Amino acid sequence: MSEPLLQAVELQCERDERILFRDLSFSILPGTVTRVEGPNGSGKTTLLRMLAGLNDAWSGNLFWCGQPRSAQREEFLRNTLYLGHRPGIKPLLTPLENLRALTAGRRPLPDPVLRQALEGTGLAGFQDVPCRNLSAGQQRRVALARLLIADEPLWLLDEVFTAIDSAGVSAIENLLQQRASEGGAVVVTTHHDLNLPGMQRIVLGGGAANEC
Amino acid sequence: MNADCRPVLSLQQDSVGALAAMKAVFARDMKVAFRQRQDLLNPLLFFVMVVSLFPLGVSPEVAFLRESGAGILWVAALLSVLLSLDHLFRHDFDDGTLEQLVLQPQPLFLLVLAKTAAHWVLTGLPLVVLTPVLGVMVHLDGNSIGVLCLTLLIGTPVLSLIGAIGAALTLGLRSAGVLLSLLIIPLYIPVLIFGTGTVASAAEGAPVGAYLALMGAFLVLALTLAPFASAAALRISLSNG
Repeated sequence: MSEPLLQAVELQCERDERILFRDLSFSILPGTVTRVEGPNGSGKTTLLRMLAGLNDAWSGNLFWCGQPRSAQREEFLRNTLYLGHRPGIKPLLTPLENLRALTAGRRPLPDPVLRQALEGTGLAGFQDVPCRNLSAGQQRRVALARLLIADEPLWLLDEVFTAIDSAGVSAIENLLQQRASEGGAVVVTTHHDLNLPGMQRIVLGGGAANEC
Repeated sequence: MNADCRPVLSLQQDSVGALAAMKAVFARDMKVAFRQRQDLLNPLLFFVMVVSLFPLGVSPEVAFLRESGAGILWVAALLSVLLSLDHLFRHDFDDGTLEQLVLQPQPLFLLVLAKTAAHWVLTGLPLVVLTPVLGVMVHLDGNSIGVLCLTLLIGTPVLSLIGAIGAALTLGLRSAGVLLSLLIIPLYIPVLIFGTGTVASAAEGAPVGAYLALMGAFLVLALTLAPFASAAALRISLSNG
């Protein structure tokens, strides 16, 4: 009943004169979790950056809600949340200030809501400590706090489990599943053994790719 | 799968206005800069030192300093802006905030303009504020100092705006410094020539209106075109990241 949020048709990407993948077609439907799989260097991050609109060096077609994505860039960007390798956290700012800056351009929220989101990722008591004094995992958690307050239907998460402890990992898994049940769509790359019921897979690697 | 009974998260239509987003970008850059004050002081100290080394290294004579003072100040200001350019996008690139900036729904050139404005407030404006003191040091008369401040006030935003293009283009490169200077210096030369020319003609008592109008034209040109170029350059740099 629902049309795909994002549809990729015959994507091809070349990097350093090596074809990462070709003829890659898939649909990201609302209410699904999709995992991009493949060995190191198979183009998982590149694919995610393409989907997010950061990488323009590809050919093929991408459709957002049935329309070419390039024609509705603003709507696409407003409704997509991308978390990359580099989490977008300024080491000199506190978690609260970081979160405020990251949400200000999308949906400004009052400070109590932001504080609550930070507490939700286990950063209670650290909201006003400069991020450079936090551990790598805590810094990732600041970025993950965005997921708790996000209203974007499409999430693109690159290596989201990096530097997160096991309790945090299961919390994120629950969050992703809950998100899918609410009708959001999630695309993740991870080397962590993620196995959610009903999860889609996109397998990359070996020059050609196919969807399972 | 019983997809029919699933609620679908609705698409968000309302977006934050460009002006509010620009303000947020500007405020964040200011806050980060004031947490790292030594980075702020660096170009200023460079400016003061270069200007104060000239009397020591070349000649402390009043006639020489009065004649070349405006030129020295302009060159020093230009170089210290150049010195600070690499920081404009570099930290944001390294920690990932730049990716998030590019992915904001607002037009990128406006957000880049806000970042450039913050850069000017943090580097160009302090140079203008320091200029009267250094102008007195190199024996410029009151009228020349006033005109010099005015040319720097119009000129330094142009330096920041043009510099942002170079900083964005060289972002993905390991040794960006040399390339950045090579790219940007030729574009700075007209601003330098008109900046110092204005002060020279003011010192001779000639009217400077035409010079100032031309510098204003530079500013308008840079203000309207440079953010587009910087935004495009940022996209290219991030595309390779």
